Amino acid sequence: MRMVRFIREGGKAMYLPDFNYYCPHSVQEACAILADLGAGAKVLAGGTDLLIKMKHELVVPKALVSLKNIRSLADIGYVEGKGLILGARCTHNDLVNSTLLHQRYLSVAEAAHQMANNQIRNIGTVGGNLVNAVPSADLPPILIALGAQVTLVGPGGERTLPLEQFFTGPGQTVIAHDEILTEVVIPDQSTTGSTYIKFGLRRSGALAVVGVAAAVTVVERVIREARIVLGAVAPTPIRAREAEERLVGNAVSTELLEEAGIRAATACKPISDIRASAEYRRDLVRVLTKRSLRRAIEQGHV
Amino acid sequence: MTTMQAITDQNGVKRYMVNLVVNGDHRTVVVKANTLLVNVLRDHLDLTGTKKGCELGDCGSCTVLLNGKPVNSCLVLAVEADGQEIVTIEGLVQQGDTLDPLQEAFIDHAAVQCGYCTPGMILSAKALLAKNPSPTEQEVREAIAGNLCRCTGYVNVVKAVMVAAKRLQEGRGADHEG
Ligand SMILES: Cc1cc2nc3c(=O)[nH]c(=O)nc-3n(C[C@H](O)[C@H](O)[C@H](O)COP(=O)(O)OP(=O)(O)OC[C@H]3O[C@@H](n4cnc5c(N)ncnc54)[C@H](O)[C@@H]3O)c2cc1C
Repeated sequence: MRMVRFIREGGKAMYLPDFNYYCPHSVQEACAILADLGAGAKVLAGGTDLLIKMKHELVVPKALVSLKNIRSLADIGYVEGKGLILGARCTHNDLVNSTLLHQRYLSVAEAAHQMANNQIRNIGTVGGNLVNAVPSADLPPILIALGAQVTLVGPGGERTLPLEQFFTGPGQTVIAHDEILTEVVIPDQSTTGSTYIKFGLRRSGALAVVGVAAAVTVVERVIREARIVLGAVAPTPIRAREAEERLVGNAVSTELLEEAGIRAATACKPISDIRASAEYRRDLVRVLTKRSLRRAIEQGHV
Repeated sequence: MTTMQAITDQNGVKRYMVNLVVNGDHRTVVVKANTLLVNVLRDHLDLTGTKKGCELGDCGSCTVLLNGKPVNSCLVLAVEADGQEIVTIEGLVQQGDTLDPLQEAFIDHAAVQCGYCTPGMILSAKALLAKNPSPTEQEVREAIAGNLCRCTGYVNVVKAVMVAAKRLQEGRGADHEG
C-alpha cells in the first residue's frame, strides 16, 4: 500500500484523473446529462480508447456518462425494410459471433475479428470505434462500403446520416457533444459481395497500415456497382471514386482490377509514420484494392 | 439524474459502493469513480495474482474473466463492473489445494518462465476451453494473442493449453502424464 500511495502522489503512473460518474438508464437521460454538464462531459462505452487518453492526460473529462445501463444499445437485429441494425454498444466480439452477420454480411464479422485482441474485442464497441474516428479504424471502411447509416440522438431529437458523411478529420466527426450515436444500420441492398482487407504489422494487436474495403454488385460477370473505401491513407476513410467509376459497366478482368488498384493508389493521400512510409502505403492500396475486389467478386460477402 | 449509491466526504470527494462477485465470493468495495478494476483486485482485495504490465491494454498481464470473458482489468473502471462476476487466477484453485488442469499443464510443460504473463495466459486459455473444449493449435494461438510473454515462451504455453484440453476431454483433469 505504501508503494501504491507513492505512485499515486509522486507520479502520474497510469492512474486516471478524477471525474464524476453517471450511468443513466435511457438515451434521453444520457443526452440530458451531457447537455447539462457541457463540453467537459464525455460518453463512456468500452473505454478502450477513452481511458487510455485519460491515462495520458490527453483528455481530462469532468464527468463520464456511461452507456452500460442502456440495454437497447447492445442489440443486433434485423428489421424488414430497414436493414441490419447494430447497436452502438455492441462489442467487436458481439459482431464476430453474430449469426445475423454470418448470414448476411460475414465481411463485417471478419473485419471485427481482425481487430485488436480478444480482451479488447470483449469490451471495445462499434460506437466507440466510429466516434473515436482514428483514420486507421477497422470498422468504418467496410461499413461505408456497405452504405451504412448512423443514427445520432441528442436532446433536441434524432438525425440519421450516411456514415460516409460522419467523419470530418482525425478524431473528428459531426457528432455534437450532447449527442449519442445509438445505432448503425446496414440497409437492404443488391450487392453480391463485400470484404475488408487489413494490412497490419502483426496479426494481432496491430493497427491497420492500410485497410481496404470493397462492396460490389456483379451480374453475369459485369460489374453493375462498386464501392471502394480506403482506411489509414487520408485524414478520414475515403471512397476511391475514380476506381469505382472505372469498374462500373465493365466485365471482370485482371486488367480491369489492376487499373482500379492504380486509380485508388493515385487518389489516396497517405502519410509516412512509424508504421510505414507514404510510398509503401500507396503501393499497398493498389495491391489491396485489387485483392479485395477479386475476393468480393468471387466469394460474396466474406 | 442517475448515479450509483455514493458517499460524499467532507472534501466533496464522491465514493461509490461497488458490489462484485469475485471468485464466487460477494465483495463490496467503496471507491472513487476513477478506480480501475485491477487496482480494486490488487489493492483492496489483495488478489495480487493479477499483474500490472503496460496498463494500456496491450500486454494482457492484468487479464481477468468478466462474466466469463477475458478482459484487461487495467481498462475497466471498478464502477463499470458493479454487479458483475469476476474470476482471477486465485479463483482457479479448486476445492482444497487442487490446481486447475491448466495450471497443472503449465507446470508440467515448463510454460512458466518469469511467470509475469502466466495468470493472464491461463485465464485467456480458461475462457477458450470453456467455449471450445478441443481447440486447434491455431485457435489457442489466437486466444492468447492478447497476452504478451517477454520471455517469448509461447511454444510451451501453446503445448500446455493443448495438453490441458486433451486431459479435460479424457476426464483426467489434474493427472500427470507418464
Ligand atoms: C490494445 C488495443 C488494440 C486496438 N486495436 C484496434 C484495432 O486493431 N483496430 C481498431 O480499429 N481499433 C483498435 N483499438 C481501438 C479501440 O479498441 C476501438 O476503437 C474501440 O472500438 C473503441 O470503442 P470503446 O467502446 O472502447 O470506446 P470508448 O473508449 O468508450 O470511447 C471512444 C470515444 O467515443 C465516444 N463514444 C463512445 N461511444 C459513443 C456513443 N455511442 N455515442 C457517442 N460517443 C461515443 C467516447 O466519448 C470517446 O470519445 C485498439 C485499442 C487497444 C487498447
